[in-house]
Amino acid sequence: MTTATTTLAQAEEALPTGSTDAVGGGRRPRRRRAGEDDDTRRINWWATALIAVCSLTVLVPLYLAVVVALKTPDQLVSGTGFEWPNPVNWGNFAEAWERTSFPQALANTALITVGSVVFTLLTSSIVAYALARNIHRPFFKGVFFYLLAALFIPFPIIMLPLVKQTAILGLDNQAGMIVLYTIYGLSLNVFIYTAYIRSIPIELEEAARVDGASTWRVFWQVIFPLLTPMNATVGILTCVWAWNDFIMPLVVLTDPAARTLPLAQYVFQGQFNTDYTVAFASYLMAMAPLLIVYVFSQRWVISGVTRGSIK
Amino acid sequence: MSTLTQAVRTSSTGGTKRRRATRTRVETRRAMPAFYWMVWPAVIAFAAFHTLPVLIGIFFSFTNYAGYGAWNFVGLSNYANLFRDDRVLAAYGFSFLFAIVATILTNVISLAIALGLNSKIIGRNFFRGVYFVPYVLAILVIGYVFQFFFSNSLPKILSGIPLFRDNILTSPDWAWTAIVVLAVWQACAFAIIIYLSGLQTIPGELYEAASLDGAGAWRQFRSITFPLIGAFFTINVVLSLKGFLQVFDPIVSLTNGGPGTSTESVTLLIFRGGFSGGEFAYQTANAVIFFIVITVVSLFQFRVLQRREADF
Repeated sequence: MTTATTTLAQAEEALPTGSTDAVGGGRRPRRRRAGEDDDTRRINWWATALIAVCSLTVLVPLYLAVVVALKTPDQLVSGTGFEWPNPVNWGNFAEAWERTSFPQALANTALITVGSVVFTLLTSSIVAYALARNIHRPFFKGVFFYLLAALFIPFPIIMLPLVKQTAILGLDNQAGMIVLYTIYGLSLNVFIYTAYIRSIPIELEEAARVDGASTWRVFWQVIFPLLTPMNATVGILTCVWAWNDFIMPLVVLTDPAARTLPLAQYVFQGQFNTDYTVAFASYLMAMAPLLIVYVFSQRWVISGVTRGSIK
Repeated sequence: MSTLTQAVRTSSTGGTKRRRATRTRVETRRAMPAFYWMVWPAVIAFAAFHTLPVLIGIFFSFTNYAGYGAWNFVGLSNYANLFRDDRVLAAYGFSFLFAIVATILTNVISLAIALGLNSKIIGRNFFRGVYFVPYVLAILVIGYVFQFFFSNSLPKILSGIPLFRDNILTSPDWAWTAIVVLAVWQACAFAIIIYLSGLQTIPGELYEAASLDGAGAWRQFRSITFPLIGAFFTINVVLSLKGFLQVFDPIVSLTNGGPGTSTESVTLLIFRGGFSGGEFAYQTANAVIFFIVITVVSLFQFRVLQRREADF
């Protein structure tokens, strides 16, 4: 893992300087990613057409979800499901809202997601900072590899004992989910943060220390603000994970009132197996919040996820 | 760095103080207490909620605990029984078949799409955004939409083909292919982005030089593109195989392991047997084996794949 990612990081760093040399050093070219106007290639119509056609595979299931949710059961039975309904039936959403107790599931998921993101950002960055600045000391190096090794452990091995443990500790609820997401995300997040923190010049901290700032103060006032890009990355990854996760809420949460959105869909699907129109309205409502956020912050989300996976 | 600390550590306290005063970079003998306070709580929490369950699981795998009631030590008999259990072997067979096919398809498709997105096309950012959409959707929820598609739409659209007319999800031999479709559909979103960022690290000059030398598109891909995104290929293949081996959500939404147990993955088996089958100890033994299998497979892949990575 380490070697592969180091190569990636090097490759990334090597790029801007490498291309500057090639051009002759006079003009500093922007990265290829941003430099689309530098791209002198002719428009590739074949590729455009293929990419456009293939993108339908992403859009068709979403279209299907929308049209089925807008039908009455009678309209659904007569066709393949893809026909646009006439007249449009908006009632499914109201019914799904009631029958899946949508507001409650939404509130649970939102609470767990926001809680996990906030605690993850606060804790992972602190741990990563301490590790990154002391990685030459055996204790901190040991902790770093201890956390890293956990990345190899698959969830099924933890699953069965964890359920007993959370039940005994009274953590089989939303608070417990926040604790678990924060702790289980630690491995990957520390890994993402440390690489970045080590690239921050230590002189910045020393200037603050000379002025008498404590280590904690240095972290909050100097380092944490500099971590913004990585905070975004870790925040996005945690948010998508906590919002969409199914297996952990399934095994940990016991109280029906604590159900998250995916879990509510699972229960609903089991109870009303053939009631597709209402079920689809409910699926759409479960997917909509994150999808809407994504549509408006698309470039930001993609660059955040990319940053996290190649560093 | 370590030699420096070593030197500081062996020198007298007075010497350390003198050094401290003369050096601009302050090297204390031990880390400042604040750093320990930053790390300890996290280590304790991690040990309590991650390492402890792992150890408890390993402990109970040597017992006959059913998840409730009394238990006794049974030595290695859980492990011995696992290798004789047809249902367990079938679950491993299914998981590996599924994971290998899904990994190959994910990487081929997403590399092809990443190449397309990396060429000069119209609306590149728009399409890049579209291909990433599955990543933000809960696979269980969108899986129910696929389930409707396979069981209600496809039989009507492809009514001429018996396999699809009779609902592919109810076919013991072919239901797994529908799960592959859903899993690949979602996994491609992430893999495309990784490949795309890999492709963008390759300097365009290399292609210019290659085309001056008369290399065609396929030759350029084989001799330049593929070797240079080797690290990204490794990451994608290792991550996707590891993820697909643990497949759970797509199965729950499409077939729930059926028909019969023909699409039961190892994770689903551990979940079912452990929680409702009274096989707590037996399935933790299964999980320990599964952990070893996944680790061995991941490390093996790294060794094989990293050997053929190139750098520039």
